[in-house]
Amino acid sequence: MATKEIAGKTVNVTEEGYLTDPAQWTREVAQAIAAEEGITLTDAHWKVIDFLKKDFAAAGVLASMRRINKTGGIATKDLYDLFPEGPLKKAARIAGLPKPTSCV
Amino acid sequence: MKKILIIGAGTAGTMMAVHLSRKLNRKEWSITILDKDENHYYQPGYLFIPFGIYTKQDVIRKGAKYIPAGVEYLLAQADQIIAEQNRVKLKDGREIAYDILIIATGTNIHPEETQGMVENGWRENIFDIYTADGADALSKKLPGFKGGKIAIHVVEMPIKCPVAPLEIAFMIDWFFTNKGMRKDVAIDFVTPMAGAFSKPATAKVMGHLLKERGINLVTDFGTERVEYGKLVSYDKGTVDYDLLITTPTNMGDALMARSGLGDDLNYVPTDKHTLQAKAKDNIFAHLGKMSMKFVYWNILLKGIPVPGIASKMGRMGKIIPQTA
Repeated sequence: MATKEIAGKTVNVTEEGYLTDPAQWTREVAQAIAAEEGITLTDAHWKVIDFLKKDFAAAGVLASMRRINKTGGIATKDLYDLFPEGPLKKAARIAGLPKPTSCV
Repeated sequence: MKKILIIGAGTAGTMMAVHLSRKLNRKEWSITILDKDENHYYQPGYLFIPFGIYTKQDVIRKGAKYIPAGVEYLLAQADQIIAEQNRVKLKDGREIAYDILIIATGTNIHPEETQGMVENGWRENIFDIYTADGADALSKKLPGFKGGKIAIHVVEMPIKCPVAPLEIAFMIDWFFTNKGMRKDVAIDFVTPMAGAFSKPATAKVMGHLLKERGINLVTDFGTERVEYGKLVSYDKGTVDYDLLITTPTNMGDALMARSGLGDDLNYVPTDKHTLQAKAKDNIFAHLGKMSMKFVYWNILLKGIPVPGIASKMGRMGKIIPQTA
């Protein structure tokens, strides 16, 4: 466990830079993490992030790309355009959620 | 008299029937198990079929053979679970009321979920090893393979038996090494995950083993579509192949969708500690991992034969004496 200075805040993160305390997440933190990934957040990005956060709060697990598509209404192809090279990993990190584990 | 109903007489359902029939007071409980297929398939054996070690016949037995005396076995298909009324409607119109329901309908492959997979070479140059028919079809294809590119492929997670794609990759390597033609065969291992396996420690070891055997690892490959002889990813990556051994999208039984109990993949959301459905406390599901414990427990302690493997025990392993 490490801490990190981001967007003027000190946050707890894993070795791979995923937030461990959801209470430390703010929209400014999200923007700063996105900048590290080379992404400027637009409304389309926020739609994904908001869905992931809402779904995580309800289900207790990170949504799969299939779920983001079928339930969140965001096409997988668009997800790749928004968060290139590993969209779920990047979107989860920006949303302050755990790294996707993909099952067993 | 209270009733336990088990839907699905595969490994998990059968093991639950055996286990419960021994533990429960039979004056208080009756157990019914139903399956839509009279055959029981020993699925771990599928892996050996493509290489001629097993035949399809070796992994198929009559399901009734493994259902203990005193358990009612019905050959019928469930049409709908009416959870709030604790009853199941069957396709033939009958209904069964239950006190406890165990859903053990398993997981099936869905190649039609991937654009082009069915249309562009299914069972011609695209095969699966998660069905007896798929493994059997591959067993007819492999001996005549003259060399070229083989891709071992996973479409999306989760899948049942996550090690099976790795096992088949190593067995393909072994098969063509034995034939003296390994140099004529290029093997790609194509996965949507970041490594060869989901758990980092295993991924590291497996990644090393793949490399040692000259198997090329392609990670983070999100398959968008299949063209003839080519996998195409969402971010426009491609993998060419002469032979594709794929793990298509895995989904639970459509019964869950018909009953309003399933998620996006027709799996039943459960409490991860008790395997009780979130929708209703008297419904249990997701016996996959749990059932494997029962399988081992039963074999080790009670000497119950695993369907299909008994005939191979002599040379595949040792018979464990009955100790209970």
